[in-house]
Amino acid sequence: MWDELQFSLSLIVSGLSIGLMYSLIALGFVLVYKATDAINFAQGEFVMLAGFVAAVALGDKVPVLAAVAIAVAVMVVFSFALERVVLRPLLGRPIVAVIMATIGLGAILRGLPAITVGGQTRALSLPIGDTPFVFGPIFLPPIQVLGVVVTLAFLGIFSWFFLKSRMGIAMRAVADNQQVAMAMGINVERYFALAWAMAGIVSALGGVIWGSMLGVDTQLALVGLKVFPVVILGGLDSIVGAVVGGLIVGVVESLAAGYLDPYVGGGTKDFAPYVLMIVALMFKPYGLFGTHRIERV
Amino acid sequence: MLHRESGVFKTSYAADMALYPLPIARKAVALIIVLFAVVLPLSLDEYYLSVVNLVLIAIVGALGLNILVGYTGQISVGHAAFMSVGAYTAANLAVHLHLPFWLTLPAGGLMAALIGAIVGIPSLRIKGLYLAIATLASQLIIEWIINHTPAISGGAQASIQVPRPEFMGREIKTQGQLYFFLLFFAVLATLATLNLVRSRIGRAFVAIRDQDIAAEIIGINIFRYKLLSFAISSFYAGVCGVLYTYYFGIANYEAFQIGVSIDFLAMIIIGGLGSVLGTILGATFVTMLPIVLRLAMEPLGGLFFNAGQLSSIIASTRLILFGCLIILFLVVEPEGLNRLWRNIRNYFRVWPFSY
Repeated sequence: MWDELQFSLSLIVSGLSIGLMYSLIALGFVLVYKATDAINFAQGEFVMLAGFVAAVALGDKVPVLAAVAIAVAVMVVFSFALERVVLRPLLGRPIVAVIMATIGLGAILRGLPAITVGGQTRALSLPIGDTPFVFGPIFLPPIQVLGVVVTLAFLGIFSWFFLKSRMGIAMRAVADNQQVAMAMGINVERYFALAWAMAGIVSALGGVIWGSMLGVDTQLALVGLKVFPVVILGGLDSIVGAVVGGLIVGVVESLAAGYLDPYVGGGTKDFAPYVLMIVALMFKPYGLFGTHRIERV
Repeated sequence: MLHRESGVFKTSYAADMALYPLPIARKAVALIIVLFAVVLPLSLDEYYLSVVNLVLIAIVGALGLNILVGYTGQISVGHAAFMSVGAYTAANLAVHLHLPFWLTLPAGGLMAALIGAIVGIPSLRIKGLYLAIATLASQLIIEWIINHTPAISGGAQASIQVPRPEFMGREIKTQGQLYFFLLFFAVLATLATLNLVRSRIGRAFVAIRDQDIAAEIIGINIFRYKLLSFAISSFYAGVCGVLYTYYFGIANYEAFQIGVSIDFLAMIIIGGLGSVLGTILGATFVTMLPIVLRLAMEPLGGLFFNAGQLSSIIASTRLILFGCLIILFLVVEPEGLNRLWRNIRNYFRVWPFSY
């Protein structure tokens, strides 16, 4: 009985910490959707790209913090350029166009490593050691603890940014109604670029953390597939939703892997979140915290 | 050019409705028939015919996706999953019940249509991005179920060998025979689509695409037509999956993974949404791209890379080129190859006096 309880508890805690790390990536997704109405199917590839940049920099004997800074800088520049070159011409076009553009972008990013730096798996080791943190009966690897800390820190920064800072309030105005925001003298296009840049920063940190957990190769982009259930569950345009969705998905997949895998032969981890998402969509078509769209003819 | 009219000169409804408005159209159709029925099968060798066969199969699947995405405006990222449904249905029927292809083929299509309609049910409540991700979920879920249910997937490796299709008591074995087999279905699918989109159903689809609430107000039962669109589209996908199965001689879920769904989306985007000719051009283009690339890069790439690296380099180059093309078409020519073709035709219509 006690063992059983301890097993469940450790599954749940590990799920929560993984879930928070999903939320970190999902944040990038939500920020972009909220501000610009564009969906980014290449979020996983963003994470992968950041992982590659950091891993290659570390391989060249760059100090860790500098490598992370390089990854952040590269991702910010990349997101700016992307918004400018690809997404701005697609403003106002059907959704399928934006989806396909980001899918195409994802294909490019997945192809790039092999012909530039080589596609072999790289280690991205952060100087945090291997000894697990012990909380009573529960063990957590240090990288997960770091992920939780970084995510929580970012959530704090984002809350401050959106609630208090002038730019954050302007960004909320843009997300709320682009035309009114424009009429109030907000440079909407600048905030589109800013939203993409913030998504770039989040992806860079996500890339460093996920990369050091899973190793850096093109498979890292598959983390992006986990982001969809997270954001749909939470609601595409809700930052709170991204966090709650991440926690739910993390726990569900951890429990599914712990309890169902022995019976069906593995793989439930990637499958359970999507089933949950479909069921949730039947009852809440805009996710838990998403805004209902009122359509007019 | 001399053979096309340079304006509208029709004076009667009969002339306006004519199937072949100009003599040139009749000649063009005759020429195309001769090209596909005689010239191609006689002039191409086994390898090139096998490439053409792949294109023919892709045309069937891409037409189905274009009905859903291009004409009805519902996004689906799960097209390949419906293909796998058709493929495994047909393979199981062919292996366990020894049914001939003219029964397994519609059976695979119908099964896919059924599953497609079920997946389409949420489309009444959710739309746009949420729908795209819901279909993505159905892709992953169907893939997982097939892979983890030995009763469907045939156990080990999740693949089933199927016998060659038989026609009039003879096995269809060579690429040449397969060519006519597949050509029949590609033509059938094309004609069916052309007629579907100008029927009552097709008009309803277009109305839903343009504004679904407005369509509902003018009396279109959008739930029925959205489901119908999903079902028809999945039927095509199922048939396409069955054709792949007979072509490869094996049903394997790995041939129907998410990347294939994306390839088919790319076909209709590059070809042109809501256009049958565009679908055919797009399917040809996307299917040929990796083959042409490999032909071009194998001799050239050998100069720079060793053999081991080369295959991964080619695969990556294909990905990059593929992504660039999608983005290029979306940004520069959103209406795809179909539009390019029309532009060329219109340019020559009054050439050389284009004013």
